[in-house]
Amino acid sequence: MRESRLWFWHILSAIVIVFLLGAHMGTMHMNTILNSLGLGSADPVDSVEVFRRSASPVFLVAYIVLLGSALFHGLYGLRSMLFELSLSKSVEKTIGGLCAFAGFALFGYGTYVAIVVYRMHGVQP
Amino acid sequence: MKNRLNNRLGLGGWLGGGRYGVDRYAYAFHRLTGLGILAYFIMHIFVTGMRVGGQEEWERTMAFFNAPVFKAGEFLVFLAFIFHAVNGIRLVIVELACGIGRPHVPAYPYTNSTMRQRPFVVAVMILAALLMITGGVDFYFMLN
Ligand code: HEM
Ligand code: HEM
Repeated sequence: MRESRLWFWHILSAIVIVFLLGAHMGTMHMNTILNSLGLGSADPVDSVEVFRRSASPVFLVAYIVLLGSALFHGLYGLRSMLFELSLSKSVEKTIGGLCAFAGFALFGYGTYVAIVVYRMHGVQP
Repeated sequence: MKNRLNNRLGLGGWLGGGRYGVDRYAYAFHRLTGLGILAYFIMHIFVTGMRVGGQEEWERTMAFFNAPVFKAGEFLVFLAFIFHAVNGIRLVIVELACGIGRPHVPAYPYTNSTMRQRPFVVAVMILAALLMITGGVDFYFMLN
């Protein structure tokens, strides 16, 4: 039951990631084309652009949701690949624990960064 | 256990598609891209964490990552993302049992689920290639 629930979250997180990361990759990697159409920015990693996005509540929420779903999806994927090696129960437990620890620690750090930068309210051009 | 030791195909068995063909390559690439994106993402959390140090710290970090080797690496991440996302949407659809046909009594000429899914796999690969080309055009103009 627990395993099928985790698998369901793996699939559900993939759907969330498609939209959020799709938008993120579009902003970062389709920027030249989007900019020529009057959308997006010419240099999306320029500090003024980066801090302007980070100061927006929409981006704050989107980044925290992306952080959580991509960490769960990626680490669960890694865990299930390792579980395919027919390991002993105790090794499986250790791997599961390490993945969960890494996931919560990275989520905590990323959320801390997103909130601190949000409260900077952008930078001067 | 005996079977596991008797791997006649060696590394070729893992890398080669065998009679599963393109679907097997899609599976291997899905794993590879998933792990690649995960590795990048973990580093990405620390790199974007440099924003905490303010504008100057961020500009110093970006000046470092402006080198062509990192730009090429980011483009690889983009390609991996396109493949993993498009193939992943296919997997979600198939794993929720959509588009694989209804179960039926086997009757001649026999079909199998791999063959029934093949057109979907090919369509998805074409879509991924188109998105990758669009990204490649963007990357080319960015460099020039
Ligand atoms: C863009 C949207 C994404 C979609 C639609 C997607 C979809 C999927 C699906 C459906 C699976 C399960 C494959 C199976 O059942 O065998 C999977 C596996 C995996 N994904 Fe994703 N994914 C996405 C993004 C990501 C990201 C951002 C990461 C990394 C942080 C990632 C890492 C992985 C890993 C490591 C696996 C395990 C591979 C395996 O078991 O063969 N994915 N993905
Ligand atoms: C390879 C191309 C990528 C580039 C150029 C890029 C760039 C950036 C930049 C500049 C930021 C800072 C915030 C902002 O400017 O709005 C950011 C944040 C973020 N990116 Fe990416 N990114 C890339 C790929 C990815 C991938 C593959 C993932 C997910 C698996 C991802 C997930 C995130 C998350 C969650 C944040 C927010 C982090 C936080 O606030 O702690 N990015 N990215």
